[in-house]
Amino acid sequence: MNSRPFAVTPPDPSAPALELRGIDKRFGAVRANRAISCAIAAGSIHGFIGENGAGKSTLMNIVYGFHRADAGEIRVSGRVVEIGSPQDAIAAGIGMVHQHFMLVENFTVLENVVLGAEGGRRLAGGLAAARAGLEQLARDYGLDVPLDTVVAELPVGLHQRVEILKALYRGADILILDEPTAVLTPQEADQLFKMLARLRAQGKTVILVTHKLREIMAVTDRVTVMRQGAIVGEVETKSTSPRELAEKMVGRAVLLRVDKTPAQPGATLLAVRNLEVRDRLGVPRVKNVSFTLQAGEIVGIAGVAGNGQSELLEALAGIRASSRGEIVLEGRDLVREGLDARQRRRLGLAHVPEDRLRMGVVAGFSAEDNTILGYHDLPVYQRGLLLNRAAIHGGCAEKMAAYDVRPPDPGLRLASFSGGNQQKLVLAREIDSDPRVLLIGQPTRGVDIGAIEFIHKKLVTLRDAGKALLLVSVELDEILGLADRILVMNAGEIVGEVARADATEEKLGLMMAGVKGEGRS
Amino acid sequence: MSPPAKLPRWAELGLLPAINLLAALLLSSVIIQLIGESPWAALKLMADGAFGSQESVGYTLYYATNFIFTGLAVAVAYHAGLFNIGGDGQAYIGGLGTGLVCLWLGAWPFWAVLPLAVLAGAVFGAAWAFIPAYLQARRGSHIVITTIMFNFIASALMTWLLVNILIKPGQQSPESREFAPNATLPGLHTLLGKMGIPFTSTPLNLAFLFALAASVLVWVLVWRTRWGYALRVAGQNAAAAIYAGIRPPRITIQAMLLSGALAGLLGLNELMGSQHRILLDFPAGAGFVGIAVALMGRNHPVGIFFAAVLFGALMQGGSQLSFDMPRVNRDMVVVIQGLVILFCGALENVFRGPLATLLARFGGRKDAP
Repeated sequence: MNSRPFAVTPPDPSAPALELRGIDKRFGAVRANRAISCAIAAGSIHGFIGENGAGKSTLMNIVYGFHRADAGEIRVSGRVVEIGSPQDAIAAGIGMVHQHFMLVENFTVLENVVLGAEGGRRLAGGLAAARAGLEQLARDYGLDVPLDTVVAELPVGLHQRVEILKALYRGADILILDEPTAVLTPQEADQLFKMLARLRAQGKTVILVTHKLREIMAVTDRVTVMRQGAIVGEVETKSTSPRELAEKMVGRAVLLRVDKTPAQPGATLLAVRNLEVRDRLGVPRVKNVSFTLQAGEIVGIAGVAGNGQSELLEALAGIRASSRGEIVLEGRDLVREGLDARQRRRLGLAHVPEDRLRMGVVAGFSAEDNTILGYHDLPVYQRGLLLNRAAIHGGCAEKMAAYDVRPPDPGLRLASFSGGNQQKLVLAREIDSDPRVLLIGQPTRGVDIGAIEFIHKKLVTLRDAGKALLLVSVELDEILGLADRILVMNAGEIVGEVARADATEEKLGLMMAGVKGEGRS
Repeated sequence: MSPPAKLPRWAELGLLPAINLLAALLLSSVIIQLIGESPWAALKLMADGAFGSQESVGYTLYYATNFIFTGLAVAVAYHAGLFNIGGDGQAYIGGLGTGLVCLWLGAWPFWAVLPLAVLAGAVFGAAWAFIPAYLQARRGSHIVITTIMFNFIASALMTWLLVNILIKPGQQSPESREFAPNATLPGLHTLLGKMGIPFTSTPLNLAFLFALAASVLVWVLVWRTRWGYALRVAGQNAAAAIYAGIRPPRITIQAMLLSGALAGLLGLNELMGSQHRILLDFPAGAGFVGIAVALMGRNHPVGIFFAAVLFGALMQGGSQLSFDMPRVNRDMVVVIQGLVILFCGALENVFRGPLATLLARFGGRKDAP
């Protein structure tokens, strides 16, 4: 490999920081990138937006040396560079922060940054040099991180900061961030954007890859829109609108707001009284929570991630034990009867979990085997002592047609589907079980715009059919768009309840920060 | 960095194992050449020894029967996300169960002894697997460690039993008395003979058919029942299992019971079918070979059958080889077997990448980015 890509002449400062010319990449029959040409100005924040599968990540992986392009060239500061591996990319001054952080959890921040750039056999020297370098970087860019803390003890927002430091420490002038806010709360995302602006002010070039319009509008100077492996537009962010970008991404007009009529709440289906949930260490995560859920309404639970919403959802679903209180579903106390997730499902309590891949699906199973998860003992899927494969296959094919899952192949491994299509399958499974109450966590996390619109419509249809929905989401926009009534959680307690009509972002934001709202003591 | 390359099904199940096997044999040839024998002649001797006559086929399948039982045992546990290294101990204790039935109920008619012997083997094997399973499910003691330890405990226990209690009075070697004729499995040559098909007398016996039946049963259980579904969910994603209302600890125990029962059936072949008495160390490492067999057979009964036959052939062909080629002694044969395990198991991904690239170039296969 060519380890010093620019050995011949010094770079041209007036040239774009990164220029791609005619990049082509093919995976078998799929053309993941088609004749991609674009230039990214030095000292700018440049966005790449597109739906999942549009080819953004492939393109970035080519720039970072994970994949090799079939055709085309990459220029850094005007010089053609040959990037065959991440080492080449780093040598060319390109750094990348991945969607899933690549940190060793039980190493300290300092050890993580040095990893792969230890500088010699003995660690001590490298560590000392790194410490000095990092302190300099922290001063220059305001990137404060406790260097001697073990990574596992840091919040997720700081993990990302460590990744950014790692890239800068390796001398990156061009920083690529792939879906950087996927795991961040809105507040953490705003902090990240401030940090990116500071990097730009210091002359760094930032490439932001995302499918979230809000982020593009908030922070970028220019934006490139990709669809089906090709560039379909490049504009100044100032001169465009979210609607225009969304239409370019999807290739048709998109409804960004959820269309729905006022709720017609009916009988109480689920009543939660004085619920308390403790974690493994005995620390209460949900404290004395009481609320009701009526037929025909969507109740949203807003809150900064980690304030007990996840634990509440899991306790309601029967995955996590509660230590006190009642969960009453149509007159039956699920806690006292000690019902597990499967028994609760039988009573009509369906659950779309927050973390789809960790809990909602088995990635190695086929799509059809995933559509019976939690329902595998339903009579309809049995044939004597055996599973009724034909019914499972047919049921999955029906769900795929009804929810427009692509590709519509029930035998395909779940991991081969995009995030949006996986989520559609999970929703199809839970909604088609005809529940009375549906618990949904982060329904559109990692899901592309076209699918978000579809999922939101489905949820509203379900509400209008007289079901009760409890929606937990860290996307405030989503809560405001879908919920008829909003509960705000902070530190395990419900600190306020607001009708949708009275809810504003500021009001909710204050409550999320722990300022008690009205209507609750 | 990248996960193992994906291959089309036919290459995954057929071509890749063949290439791995070929590589192992190639390296074996080099070694045989180095010790001054002709590799070609050695291979020919081995193949001939394993498949060349009715007698050799009988021996090969007789060994394979043991490996099918232990291979299935490893596979069932694997699908539940467990690594059962205790097949040897479970087979040893399971064989004790079968042996005790055969010793005590020798006066009973064959049709009454057989189901009890099968049941006793399964129950004893399952019981031996239950303790590590319980410790894993309820106490979190790692099953790899506990099953290994239980191999040693089984071994010590059996030595004590054979030396002090089961030994046939008045003899030196620690073996039980012979089973009564009613308490032995008929050889396959006898059965075939009754159907008018002549077959040489070999240790191959009715247990082989039990092994095939167990293979079908395992396939149905794991892939076609809701219990098998729950087993595979728990094995691949414990969080999803809890979400689905499946209790992973319960699955752990159930899977290990079945695993131990399968290993426990080895005594049918080895004791009731061939030795006709209980003796020291009759599993002879079949529990460990079962790990290689399951690995090579992709934990699927069909794959396990072929892998078990291969290892049976290596056993049988190997002894033929050491018999006919004095310079290739018993240890050399073990080296060859070790190479096969190395290439087919530990190094199975070595040829995967290049093969995938090659097939992609000529096949133009679909591969999502």
